Amino acid sequence: MTVVIGFEGSANKIGIGIIRDGEVLSNPRRTYITPPGQGFLPGETAKHHRSVILTVLQEALDEAGLKAADIDCVAYTKGPGMGAPLVTVAIVARTVAQLWGKPLLGVNHCIGHIEMGRLITNSQNPTVLYVSGGNTQVIAYSERRYRIFGETIDIAVGNCLDRFARVIKISNDPSPGYNIEQMAKKGTKYIELPYTVKGMDVSFSGILSYIEDAAHKLLSTGQCTPEDLCFSLQETLFAMLVEITERAMAHCGSQEVLIVGGVGCNLRLQEMMGVMCKERGALLFATDERFCIDNGAMIAQAGWEMFRSGQVTELSDSWITQRYRTDEVEVTWRD
Amino acid sequence: MAHSDSVKASVPSYLKEAQMIKQGAEARVYRGTFLGRSVIIKERFPKLYRHPEVDEKLTRRRTTQEVRSILRCRRAGINAPVVYFVDYTTHCIFMEDIINSVSVRDHIESAQASERNPQHLQTLVDKIGQILAQMHDEDVIHGDLTTSNMLLVSGTDDQNIKLVLIDFGLSYISALPEDKGVDLYVLEKAFLSTHPKTETLFERLLKSYTASSKKSSAVIKKLDEVRLRGRKRSMVG
Repeated sequence: MTVVIGFEGSANKIGIGIIRDGEVLSNPRRTYITPPGQGFLPGETAKHHRSVILTVLQEALDEAGLKAADIDCVAYTKGPGMGAPLVTVAIVARTVAQLWGKPLLGVNHCIGHIEMGRLITNSQNPTVLYVSGGNTQVIAYSERRYRIFGETIDIAVGNCLDRFARVIKISNDPSPGYNIEQMAKKGTKYIELPYTVKGMDVSFSGILSYIEDAAHKLLSTGQCTPEDLCFSLQETLFAMLVEITERAMAHCGSQEVLIVGGVGCNLRLQEMMGVMCKERGALLFATDERFCIDNGAMIAQAGWEMFRSGQVTELSDSWITQRYRTDEVEVTWRD
Repeated sequence: MAHSDSVKASVPSYLKEAQMIKQGAEARVYRGTFLGRSVIIKERFPKLYRHPEVDEKLTRRRTTQEVRSILRCRRAGINAPVVYFVDYTTHCIFMEDIINSVSVRDHIESAQASERNPQHLQTLVDKIGQILAQMHDEDVIHGDLTTSNMLLVSGTDDQNIKLVLIDFGLSYISALPEDKGVDLYVLEKAFLSTHPKTETLFERLLKSYTASSKKSSAVIKKLDEVRLRGRKRSMVG
């Protein structure tokens, strides 16, 4: 029996989760939400995390009904992510590991998403679409690496959505993406937007600058509603994501798709991916907001895999890094 | 006009007679006959997951861009299939069947498997670099450069390698070094992920490109920048 506690706080969500042999015992989380029109900055985000982390830690232990002695390993997000929030969380993880006398494990955030997705959905060897505010990658496992087959060459799809939300002052509560999704359901008019797939990669900064510019003109002249813009943006962005996923599947001969990351909560994206999969006779796997959105349990799960395959992070190696490629990690726990 | 109407009406019947050789993510490819010639028919079928307007606009644009880019290449003396007919209602392109050819992908794979004379592959990548330089100097961005999208016509010796570029569906016209750099980046990623341990071979390809293109230095500079973007970008969430 192996019990791992995972600490995650690379962006505006701070979550701590406990996993025991594939069972999620607790997974509390808090989100730092900024007023409409504003994004979250590293310093303030770190301040938010500092103010709640110990409360969340206590919640995690209480909900799981465990004490420090029951924990076998302390996992934390090594990266990628925002510097200040990552440091804040790492400090607590390091301290707790030393206080409790438990080994530490630095986990790659992207791999946390993938391993949680695999655990919850039980998919065997899927093509993974990892889409969030900070990342957009199409990943497939091969020879001990999670290889990146396609990705954004500039900003992440979630970042595009979040920044668009700021332009038309959509609320960030519970998340800008969620609110765009609700508004999109009421949109009817399709506004043509740039569609930029480059081979297996995508680009979003062009669409963003186009819509930032066009939004004001279109809305002030009454040519469309904010709901129409949300609708059009989703239809375009998601079609691009489904396309690069399909290309990767065709390239690898894969029959399974797994969507992970915060943007993976979006039901329209899941629906579109489902249609594509059905046409190809492939299976679609997705999780709900508990596990799509950044959470501590996903770090615990990846940590569990790593720990059981014999990995440990020495204190001197327990730094954090803002840039950490998914394919840098040797996946020692899979053949 | 009556003639083209009757041809348009029977495009589906051409497809029925033809033999489907590939179903890709984007299109179905058939081999058939048209006006007495052996042709490849590329049919872009509707993607149901897309909003119908997104789908129609995108499919039409890709068909048009493909045909325009092929024509532009051919005018500049770069090998690409001859386009015989395009139907915009069914989004079908009828083009020359490049017979007796093998994809560069298959060729490299079999050459590596049989450990044939590496000199042979070097001459091949030199030629690839040259043909891409020519294409970029014409401001044609292929958009989906992979070794599966290059055909090697058999029966040509090392002195006279004949390469044909295909699959211009994502192509467009641009003079920007950024776009050319990204085009090479797409090839680099596809090349290295499909053919393991070919870093030196690809470097040679780029050297050949640099030597053959009049505008290469800005493009290679952009390629270096794009390569770093994946690593330097702040990844949050």
